[in-house]
Amino acid sequence: MKRITWERVVAILLLLPSVLAIALFVYGFIAFTAYASMTKWDSLVPDFSFVGFENYVKLFANTRFQIDIRNTVGFTVLFLIGCLTLGFLLAVLIDQRIRGEAIFRSIFLFPMAISFIVTGVVWRWLLNPGSIELGSTGINLLFEKVGLGFLRWGWFTDPTVWHIPPDSAVGQGLQQIGLGFLASPMVGISAGVVSLVLAATWQMSGYTMAMYLAGLRGIPEELREAARVDGASEWQVLWYIILPLLRPITLSAVIILGHISLKIYDLVVAMTGPGIGFSTDVPAFFMWDTTFRGNHFARGSSIAIVLLLMVAVLIVPYLIWTTRTEAEL
Amino acid sequence: MTTETTVRVQSRGAGGRRGQRALVYALLLLFAGMFLIPIYLLLVTSMKSFAEVSQAQMWSLPSGLSFDSFTKAWFGSEQEGLRGLGINFWNSIYLTIPATIMSALLGSINGYILTKWRFPGANLLFTLLLFGMFIPYQSILIPLVQVLSRIPWFGGSLYGSLAGLIFVHVIYGIPITTLIFRNYYAAIPNELIEASRIDGATFFGIYRYILFPLSIPGFVVVMIWQFTSVWNDFLFAVTVTGNPESQPITVGLNNLAGSYIVEWNVQMAGSLLAALPTLLVYIILGRYFMRGLLAGSLKG
Repeated sequence: MKRITWERVVAILLLLPSVLAIALFVYGFIAFTAYASMTKWDSLVPDFSFVGFENYVKLFANTRFQIDIRNTVGFTVLFLIGCLTLGFLLAVLIDQRIRGEAIFRSIFLFPMAISFIVTGVVWRWLLNPGSIELGSTGINLLFEKVGLGFLRWGWFTDPTVWHIPPDSAVGQGLQQIGLGFLASPMVGISAGVVSLVLAATWQMSGYTMAMYLAGLRGIPEELREAARVDGASEWQVLWYIILPLLRPITLSAVIILGHISLKIYDLVVAMTGPGIGFSTDVPAFFMWDTTFRGNHFARGSSIAIVLLLMVAVLIVPYLIWTTRTEAEL
Repeated sequence: MTTETTVRVQSRGAGGRRGQRALVYALLLLFAGMFLIPIYLLLVTSMKSFAEVSQAQMWSLPSGLSFDSFTKAWFGSEQEGLRGLGINFWNSIYLTIPATIMSALLGSINGYILTKWRFPGANLLFTLLLFGMFIPYQSILIPLVQVLSRIPWFGGSLYGSLAGLIFVHVIYGIPITTLIFRNYYAAIPNELIEASRIDGATFFGIYRYILFPLSIPGFVVVMIWQFTSVWNDFLFAVTVTGNPESQPITVGLNNLAGSYIVEWNVQMAGSLLAALPTLLVYIILGRYFMRGLLAGSLKG
């Protein structure tokens, strides 16, 4: 195998186009964007005069960008909690050797086959609150019909941002220890983000379910049986035996869902747009808007690089970890 | 399996167990109902006639089947200045099918070389390749547009054309298709390859007569994955194709839904049109769909 034959040359030559394509279209382009983010390029005519990190400094001082970061963090946290708990619960339920397993599995998984655009359009109508003059619509109307009218709500049209009130006891306590900035609307979760999370969880929790189900099926029954014989309750088996064994799957799910949620764009476009006071704006949306509508190419590049760094922090350790564990096998 | 189940049954009181089973089913039905709410709304609304669509009636069933909204979503309406999705649907077909086939072939060749013709540094190269599937594409869009608009194509450039979009999907599909095929071929024993080499099989012979016939299920998984992700893509489509005549259906639907004059039943009919092909693939090839999903999480 070690000999250099013409066949090895053919192999390398056939792989080369893909390698070159990725080198240019991924790494080369990222380098270009990184460079563009340090220039004065602010119109359709490129201007590559170097300004260093100026665009980044301006970006982090930009209120819209600060709101975007708040929204992305809030979205990611809620989306992860939603998908992981719902996905795990559904997997445990389906794993109980039930009748019609295939049907239930299909129902929970089919939203994955749909695009975020379709999900966004449908959920925009579903969560459309209606108006006082014309009456409720969507899920609000459904609530009224089943006698849960008190659950009516403005959903993504509601500009509310939940945060620690600065004049509350907690807020004042934070102020005293110099963490007063935590009690502000800039550190909170908007009603619009919650609406987006509902739609995204509907779409992606089936995926988590599928991952957990594959994991649960891989745990030998003897292991649970042994614990039961030792007197463990079902909850103890779940908590002390099953959950720790599923930890690698939880990690994978956090990485996959986390990078999807940091990049979320289509759903926002189709469902809410940037919202009132940017209540549903995210960096990916800001980037596209400022670059391809506003022609602020340097600013757009700097947002893209910040987005890339956030994703890289999540993905790079994971990639190294997976390829390393693979090499050990 | 069955003996384990009986052991489980015996280890607990029959009554408690029955209650527990009822709870499991009740919860499953509840969640299934919640998951189907958006689909119910999508279906009933799209089948209502224009006269029947009103906010107060949105949850009720249509009085009869009406396909008005589908005709309007497909053909558009000239007097309202509404562009139909028919052309976008066909664009999506012309985009997705070649992109899927090319991606699969490229991934298969790459997977073959990376597993059966290993060379020093192959693992590092593969890791570098994989990173490409996780990047936020925003970080490459600006140079992508610059480069595509400089590649000539039939009197214009690749920028703005379906061919350009196919090209983009094939390039950025390389990491995931290579990953799936690499994992698939890693399970085929190297001894098989060695033996056929001793028998005189060449590089292409091994692929053509040994790997390719074995990799049909791999092709199905990869093609389902690429079909769904290319069909459902919005970011590349909206960036690369600016002209409505060459936009795929995700962009068309977003434009249709973005204009507030469009009735909800037309929007829902359009959504159903946009969702139908991938839903059909999912219904018919569900098992492979699931495998593709799990392959996307690296370790499967």
